[in-house]
Amino acid sequence: MSIFIDDSTRLVVQGITGRDGSFHTSQMVEYGTHVVAGVTPGKGGQHFTAQNGTRIPIFNTVEEAVEQEGANTAAVYVPPAFAAGAVMEAADAGIAFVVAITEGIPVLDMTRAAQFVRDRGARLLGPNCPGAITPGVAKVGIIPGQITTPGPVGVVSRSGTLTYEAVAQLTAAGIGQTTCVGIGGDPVIGTDFIDTLRAFGEDPDTEAVVMIGEIGGTDEQEAAAWARENLEIPVVGFIAGQTAPPGRRMGHAGAIISGSSGTAEEKMKAFEENGIAVARRPVDIRDLVRECLGT
Amino acid sequence: MDIHEYQAKELFRAAGIPVPPGRVATTPDEARAIAEELGGSVVVKAQVHSGGRGKAGGVKLATSPDEAASHAEAILGMSIRGLEVKQVLVTVAEDIASEAYVGILVDRATQRPMFMVSAEGGVDIEEVAATNPDAIRKLRVDPRYGLLPHQAYGLANFLYTDPGQVKQATRIMAQLYNAFVENSCSMAEINPLIVTPNGEVKAIDAKVSIDESALFRLPEVEKLRDLDAEPPAETRAREAGLSFVKLDGNVGCCVNGAGLAMATMDLVKTYGGEPANFLDIGGSSNPDKVVAALEIITADPNVKAILFNIFGGITRCDDVARGIVEASNRIRIEPPIVIRLTGTNEAEALEILSEAGFSAFTGMDEVVQKAVDLAAQA
Repeated sequence: MSIFIDDSTRLVVQGITGRDGSFHTSQMVEYGTHVVAGVTPGKGGQHFTAQNGTRIPIFNTVEEAVEQEGANTAAVYVPPAFAAGAVMEAADAGIAFVVAITEGIPVLDMTRAAQFVRDRGARLLGPNCPGAITPGVAKVGIIPGQITTPGPVGVVSRSGTLTYEAVAQLTAAGIGQTTCVGIGGDPVIGTDFIDTLRAFGEDPDTEAVVMIGEIGGTDEQEAAAWARENLEIPVVGFIAGQTAPPGRRMGHAGAIISGSSGTAEEKMKAFEENGIAVARRPVDIRDLVRECLGT
Repeated sequence: MDIHEYQAKELFRAAGIPVPPGRVATTPDEARAIAEELGGSVVVKAQVHSGGRGKAGGVKLATSPDEAASHAEAILGMSIRGLEVKQVLVTVAEDIASEAYVGILVDRATQRPMFMVSAEGGVDIEEVAATNPDAIRKLRVDPRYGLLPHQAYGLANFLYTDPGQVKQATRIMAQLYNAFVENSCSMAEINPLIVTPNGEVKAIDAKVSIDESALFRLPEVEKLRDLDAEPPAETRAREAGLSFVKLDGNVGCCVNGAGLAMATMDLVKTYGGEPANFLDIGGSSNPDKVVAALEIITADPNVKAILFNIFGGITRCDDVARGIVEASNRIRIEPPIVIRLTGTNEAEALEILSEAGFSAFTGMDEVVQKAVDLAAQA
């Protein structure tokens, strides 16, 4: 089992002919994801050929991709100026799970788009996220497939490459994953830590969760308190940014300590107070997960 | 992107918010001329991207043009929290009957623009929030409908009792919300919003931050960027498409991905070192970006060792390796470089590096320890 994506995922790639969209479509196809359609306005009727030769029909609108190919999940690789619009288009077309990879979408655009998606009962992952992967089954986004392996651990993170680091170490130690989810580094995102922890809690195969947070906001603190009350499986936590100065954006738009709020220290304290094992170094994540699983 | 008070006031003025007249000066003579033109008492205010200007002596009242010039002379060139003052705003001094606080920011928890208003103005709002939270009224605005008239009135009514003042403040709330949305602000603040002895409501200070991600569609706002207000290394990094923040340590860090970059800095500290910077070379690798990164890192004389930590996903390790080799041919790099590369095209990268005489690690902990040791020995 897994969360958010599985073998029934039928993916439409928005921005399939762009530089990032085309590269990652090939990667997703090779991984085994059912990529059923692409959307690029003005290129409807053409086909996209993945590196392994798979031909994918291109449509002008997501609505057509849903009607003709039964797409139920969308990956958005559209440039920032049009990305919030693409997210809303997907939700409007009845897509249930929209994954926004694009970085640099204006925050006020996202306040509207995130609300729009929720109003239609759909789920948004991201933006500014690496997407999600269910090892051995499907991936939506840009997480490298070769660093993952199937197993009992759920991974959720605000970061991209730091997640790869942690996942690669788990995989190297023979500890596999149910699903790895990157929720994104922006201040306004669709799916948050609590949404993802809830999904892992409902997944019978997930036996432990790794939660990788960073400075900025209070999402980790709230998730820690929620997990204590609602989650029966153990959680291992890591927070990046212990050495980050206040008031400076550390790469991610959302990674900023405002005043005295959102520090790594405050988040690690919230983890500890709520029974989450805190890894001090990335390498400790693997060892703590091992302890949790009793292996 | 932070902008100066005088620029924020221009945005407010354009939105219709009453702001006392004033202009910016870069010399005492200019300050004198502006004071003469304005007439009466003026305030001379340092224009730097920092709070605490008043406490630092960067805000002074002048009762004559000559006094304005001498204040400008004292303030220009002074340093406030490490930032040199290069401009002063000379503006009409208003008599103040009361001071309030009005601010908007994007509330991450509810994902909505949020007003915060308080009748306790002129002081640090975080302090009010900590000591007297009941003195603050918060209102989250549904971005689909914008600020509704009764909501604007409710905020004004919380601040004032006089109907005339409530009416003026209601209009200002709506104008501030419009300015916030139209300029894609991440924060807009009037502190204080004053009432004059004859009952006029005015903004005598203004603080605005613009969402960097929205600047592509706000060319006029982008022009407000003050390159003098940021360290040259950060300007250079931004132009090269790198995320860079200067810190005080001696281990220069070059990493792909913001989370991994922060975790790398933290690990430097864990092993007894201090990071010299945060630097994220971003997702798509390009040897030129690596060259720019090395130029920026080596320009910092504190750097005693340079640490690369690359986890190849979209970033291709061989591109990074090529960039390192190219940079070492193009520029003189004094500090030792230690490199950790893993992931996409790792084998090709290791070959490129070894041909050029560099060795590389594959583990994150060992490479960080090595960099910390080298920096300590230097």
